[in-house]
Amino acid sequence: MTGACGLWAYAITEHGGGDALTEHGGGDLSRLTGVAGGTVRTVAADGFTVLVSDVDLAEFGEAALRRNLENLTWLEEVARAHHHVIDAASGLFPLLPTRLATVYSSHSAMVAALARRGEELRAALRRVGGRVEWGVKAYAAPQPDTRESEQPVPAQSDASGAGLAYLKRRRAQLTAREGSQQAARAGARAVHEELSGRAAQARLHPPQSAQLSGNQMPMLLNTAYLLDASASDGFASAVAAAATAHPELRLELTGPWPPYSFAGED
Amino acid sequence: MTTGNLIQPGAEAAQFYGTSSAGAPANLGDILERVLDKGLVIAGDIQVNLLDIELLTIKLRLIVASLETAREVGINWWENDPWLSADAGRRADERELRAENRKLRGRISELESGGRNGSRR
Repeated sequence: MTGACGLWAYAITEHGGGDALTEHGGGDLSRLTGVAGGTVRTVAADGFTVLVSDVDLAEFGEAALRRNLENLTWLEEVARAHHHVIDAASGLFPLLPTRLATVYSSHSAMVAALARRGEELRAALRRVGGRVEWGVKAYAAPQPDTRESEQPVPAQSDASGAGLAYLKRRRAQLTAREGSQQAARAGARAVHEELSGRAAQARLHPPQSAQLSGNQMPMLLNTAYLLDASASDGFASAVAAAATAHPELRLELTGPWPPYSFAGED
Repeated sequence: MTTGNLIQPGAEAAQFYGTSSAGAPANLGDILERVLDKGLVIAGDIQVNLLDIELLTIKLRLIVASLETAREVGINWWENDPWLSADAGRRADERELRAENRKLRGRISELESGGRNGSRR
């Protein structure tokens, strides 16, 4: 590293949490590669232990960050590295993941930032620490193909009869589509209600565009649920049951995630 | 993997416990919406002021195509989220101004009628 160094923060745990690193596979963690190939280590700061790695401020300083965050290739690489470290560490001890691009110019700057938030962070750790996040997305199921071409026009129809028949079919198609969309939305709300009841907390994310989800079905719901790790099995079964009970939807389950969606105060 | 109408994409979701990092890489969109939108915000001295501007544009780019769908379901909370909508702050200001305006009008008419009442007393 040539230029000035900054500290990239991945996650925060209570002081002593870092001791778990050495007890439960600290060797694995020290072999973890962080953002920009940096070596991950723990740093004590104001009663907390922070997972950090060194970053070159020529690439991760404020002006550089501003430029680089707009570069989706750079962003993907950094986001995956950030996630990789948090994901590995969250299996070892309770933690709060920090938002991407939390960079400090020095250790003392980090200590100062944490000192202002001590109580709040401890409360968040009690609420979230050790729990896992599951993601559920609901899509509107594809409708049976009702393309006009598959419904042959009666051969004996005269011109106006055919036109009328077309309009009737078209109206029926639109009504059916509207009905199924409403059913899917109602289904999505019902599923969310059911799953929320099983979770310690739930958060709505904006539905993703088809481009982002890689799925052509319209996404109706994109949620995160906070659960005790021991409740994961039951939750997965509940999602499977909901998928069976709601043929108008396709449900997608992802996880377990570190509790990203619940770390902030929101 | 698809079981009935439950989609479980990739190994991360298929193997349910603890070992997600060993599974297939998670969907980039899922990662980005978590590490950019969520996660603990403790202002680093370096990223100050950055979140307001740059992340906003990225977030908008990521979700803009799905806003219509979401609105249809009635989930539109982010329209009032200053993180996500440059207009939200402005709209909030307008709402505040309108509310203040209403309050002032009410106060004026109250004073005017109060004045008359007072003179009658």
